[in-house]
Amino acid sequence: MRHSTCQATLGTRRRALYLKKTRTHLALIALGAAAIIPFLWTLSTSLKTNQAAVAYPPQWIPHPCRWKNYFDLFNTHEYHFLLWTRNSLFIAALVVAGTTLSSAIVAYGFAKIRFRGRGILFTVMLSTMMIPFPVLMVSLFIIFRWLGEHTGMAWLGTFKPLWVPAWFGAAFNIFLLRQFFLTIPDELSEAARIDGCSEFGIFTRVILPLSKPALSVVALFAFLGVWNDFIGPLVYLQRADQFTLALGLQSFQSQLGGTSWNMLMAASVLVMLPVLVLFFLAQRTFIEGIATTGIKG
Amino acid sequence: MVHTKIETRNFLKGMAFLSPWLIGLATFLAIPIGLSLYLSFCNYPLLQPPIFIGLRNYSHMIHDPVFWTALGNTLAYAAMALPVGMIIALGAALLLNSKVRGLSLYRTLVFLPSLLPAVASAMVWLWLFNAKLGLLNFVLRKVGVAHPPAWLSSPRWAMPALVLMSFWGIGNTVVIYLAGLQNVPRELYEAADIDGADGWRKIRHVTLPCISPVIFFNLVMAIIGTLQNFTAPYIMTGGGPVRATYFYTMYLYDSAFKYLRMGYASAMAWVQFLLILALTGLAFWSARHWVHYQGR
Repeated sequence: MRHSTCQATLGTRRRALYLKKTRTHLALIALGAAAIIPFLWTLSTSLKTNQAAVAYPPQWIPHPCRWKNYFDLFNTHEYHFLLWTRNSLFIAALVVAGTTLSSAIVAYGFAKIRFRGRGILFTVMLSTMMIPFPVLMVSLFIIFRWLGEHTGMAWLGTFKPLWVPAWFGAAFNIFLLRQFFLTIPDELSEAARIDGCSEFGIFTRVILPLSKPALSVVALFAFLGVWNDFIGPLVYLQRADQFTLALGLQSFQSQLGGTSWNMLMAASVLVMLPVLVLFFLAQRTFIEGIATTGIKG
Repeated sequence: MVHTKIETRNFLKGMAFLSPWLIGLATFLAIPIGLSLYLSFCNYPLLQPPIFIGLRNYSHMIHDPVFWTALGNTLAYAAMALPVGMIIALGAALLLNSKVRGLSLYRTLVFLPSLLPAVASAMVWLWLFNAKLGLLNFVLRKVGVAHPPAWLSSPRWAMPALVLMSFWGIGNTVVIYLAGLQNVPRELYEAADIDGADGWRKIRHVTLPCISPVIFFNLVMAIIGTLQNFTAPYIMTGGGPVRATYFYTMYLYDSAFKYLRMGYASAMAWVQFLLILALTGLAFWSARHWVHYQGR
């Protein structure tokens, strides 16, 4: 008798647990669907003919499936997508290399060298993260314009305002790398120093090889930042052949003016593609990187 | 003597390593900030030299209806997008922290949209929100809404549409919450179990206090982010219809690069900066009452 009641409660408890799991699953499916459907819809539209794209009611599976839309983006003379992709990749390469290298050098100074004023400078650096870009946007524009008029080297309407500042360290990345360098034991540096290694040699030969995970997080974020940047190119670039993909996509959209949704969606997928590819190649780096920003902050 | 020698050498070494940042700090931060402050007291139409006019830019702002519209829109957007976004993100993180099959797939799906370029996301939602052909209104009609809103082309619905869209990009907030949730000591839940706490009480009295530093971090980032919203409205509505989505940063941008009022734009930038500082300051002040740091 007692035995069977015991089994009965076990049964209800198991059923309650099962119900709870089902509810969680349903909620997760709804969440995942809300996240992915806008993207799937974009992908679907990008593979349709213009006629099928504006058909109502909408069809999910494109028929016929028109991959040609993507080739048209590159092959048609009226669009500059090939040029824009090249511009974006060029700027991104310089920014990623510059930010990672310069931030690592500065972070080494903050992490491994004891000198007077280090604490104050570190606080100054952290507080610069608070300054929003719009505050600097207007005066940076004026400074680059002034430089162009007084040094004979054009800045506005070139890529320089977009990549040169990246070579002077980025506060957030310096902070991230410094935190990582602090976890590397000083004994390693000391051993190298006794072997006659210079300070810069310790940095390049001891610290950098040990910091690949942190460096890849910084490089990844730098890439995302520059690839996704819209307002920078909007302010500094002038001619359509110099646009980045982000800016090009916007100008493409305003030219289309609400027609050719299939081409607009194909162009949008094109702009997202490098981010998606990188994400699937380096998913763990991404998630750990973002997670550390919150925890350390 | 020897001591100071080493100190001097270390100082020089430190400066050498810091030099890229120090040079950058001066050129790309200190000079622009100084210039911006000076210009905010000037009338500077870019093509003529700046003329000092004292506080006139700032007093002009008070009487500028467009300034108030832009500021009001931005604050209204923040008041809607920020709290609701924080709650949705926390709810999603709690769900993604449960132990069921296929979690990594859901995490990926939720996280991914936040990485996408803002311009591309804007295009996606431009298409979804399309009044006649958009997927959203198709679904709304399907479920019985005979006349769904015209979203971006409706003065009343354009702002809610932008708020709705912002929730698509909360994935990185979710990931930060998740990292916080995974750091909550398991013993605390076990102790709560022994005390007979139910699920909701565990969240209220164990989870939330434990992740309050993470909530605080996300709050500060959200304040800074929402008050600068620019790309999505610039692309999707151009500030319209009838300035219903004209944001502060858009007016700043237009003042500088459309109307060439560099002085006025600089003054606006400073007001925006002070507003962000004030609101984050408020968050820091309130943090004393609700943020708990473990073992510190």
